[in-house]
Amino acid sequence: MHAGHDSPQPDAARPMNGPSSAPATGARSLQLNADGELHHLLSIEELPRTLIERILTTADGFIAVGSREIKSVPLLRGRSVFNLFFENSTRTRTTFEIAAKRLSADVYNLNIAASSTAKGESLLDTIDNLTAMQADIFVVRHGQGGAPYLIARHLAPHVHVVNAGDGRHAHPTQALLDLYTIRHYKGDFGRLSVAIVGDILNSRVARSDIHALLAMGVTDLRAVAPLTLLPDGLDQMGVRVHTRLEEGIRDADVIIMLRLQSERMRGALLPSAQEYFRNYGLTPQTLRSARPDCIVMHPGPMNRGVEIDSAVADGPHSVILPQVSFGIAVRMAVLSMVASSQPDSK
Amino acid sequence: MLDLDAESIYFQLLARVREHVAGRHPLLVGVHTGGVWLAERLRADLQVGPEVGILDVSFYRDDFSQGGLNRGVRPSRIPFDVNGADLLLVDDVLNTGRTVRAAMNELFDYGRPARIELAVLIDRGGRELPVSTAMVGRTIEVPADVSVVLSRDDDQRLHLRLEHDVEG
Repeated sequence: MHAGHDSPQPDAARPMNGPSSAPATGARSLQLNADGELHHLLSIEELPRTLIERILTTADGFIAVGSREIKSVPLLRGRSVFNLFFENSTRTRTTFEIAAKRLSADVYNLNIAASSTAKGESLLDTIDNLTAMQADIFVVRHGQGGAPYLIARHLAPHVHVVNAGDGRHAHPTQALLDLYTIRHYKGDFGRLSVAIVGDILNSRVARSDIHALLAMGVTDLRAVAPLTLLPDGLDQMGVRVHTRLEEGIRDADVIIMLRLQSERMRGALLPSAQEYFRNYGLTPQTLRSARPDCIVMHPGPMNRGVEIDSAVADGPHSVILPQVSFGIAVRMAVLSMVASSQPDSK
Repeated sequence: MLDLDAESIYFQLLARVREHVAGRHPLLVGVHTGGVWLAERLRADLQVGPEVGILDVSFYRDDFSQGGLNRGVRPSRIPFDVNGADLLLVDDVLNTGRTVRAAMNELFDYGRPARIELAVLIDRGGRELPVSTAMVGRTIEVPADVSVVLSRDDDQRLHLRLEHDVEG
């Protein structure tokens, strides 16, 4: 992709950016309008805590809608939402589709196989064509970090972008639904111990979760992984690093497991899935070192027997399926909030 | 100078409602936030229904694309079956009628009520939709750029004041 200097390209080899050194490209001005309303959702970084809380409160309203006989509201009637997925996804794409349909929007799903060449050109051409078809909101997943920023900069002021995962950079709606889930089961963030376990280095979910949890005032946040899967700079952000699982989840209220991508095994970062499971797989035995009332989360899709034992995934601490349900309400909140924001020229 | 003693206006409304629903037991639904306070008070005074329903009509407003969702939303909660129900919708101020329309649309997504009636503390005129009711505490005339604001103190007493709208 020819995003060039125009686009933040977070690189796993570089330290994870802290809140004070967020992408140099001014996420605030891109994401928020002059009134501080959410205009695009690109990243959790630099979203004020009050805005994050408003998203969660709006999602509460949509949870109530989801329990009615008629599960849709007329908010986005006549608006067009384009799901633009350059990377495969089932859960995220489906929940965005359900969210948009429950808001009465017209939804178009485009699964575009990413070609490795000339993506910069073709990406913006695609956007121009779809905008000419009266798109109001683009939900974008792209293999390159920064692609949604490139689109946001390119768009007419009345069109909105929601990032559904860009490269290793960010997955903001996953982080918001994780916050919603934690708030639902555990309440006040300030008193919680939260452990994120797994491939922190390559995970956009981990990045967004860390920014989100710090923004909400979590003071005991831990990253648990083998050294080869940990980025630099976590300490400076206030995240404690652990390389042993039982130590890392000791007395934790919340454990967020990450998916181990099989390609990491080929890259010689890890010896084998079996050995990873022996050291970092969450089992009923290792779970005993966490608080007895802890919750276990996973963004999916899970590798049973690699990062998580089935007895835990299906056990009493697991809130993995409620996460999926909450994800619909959170995405309804994000879609309706960006759609109701006014361009700055107001 | 308008005399806006909310407590005495409330008792006017209570008398109107009592007269109007005599012999029936409507279920009360308040519109956030002032309408909920009034509905709770009416429910206690009329001794109808176990609980009041709560509506936040933000998801049904017709001014949504003018920044409608950014003032914050609270969940609606209807703790009874709306199908076949005799409903009394309660709000603090009746003006354009658009909130009432939004509330009725939302109620119909819970079911098909047998009847919906409307009770308001203040009717300030300015209707833009064909909405009207006899259950009114007081009818007043105020300029378009003035808001009528209901508040409730720690002793649950109601207060009304007029506020000049800030341009924006």
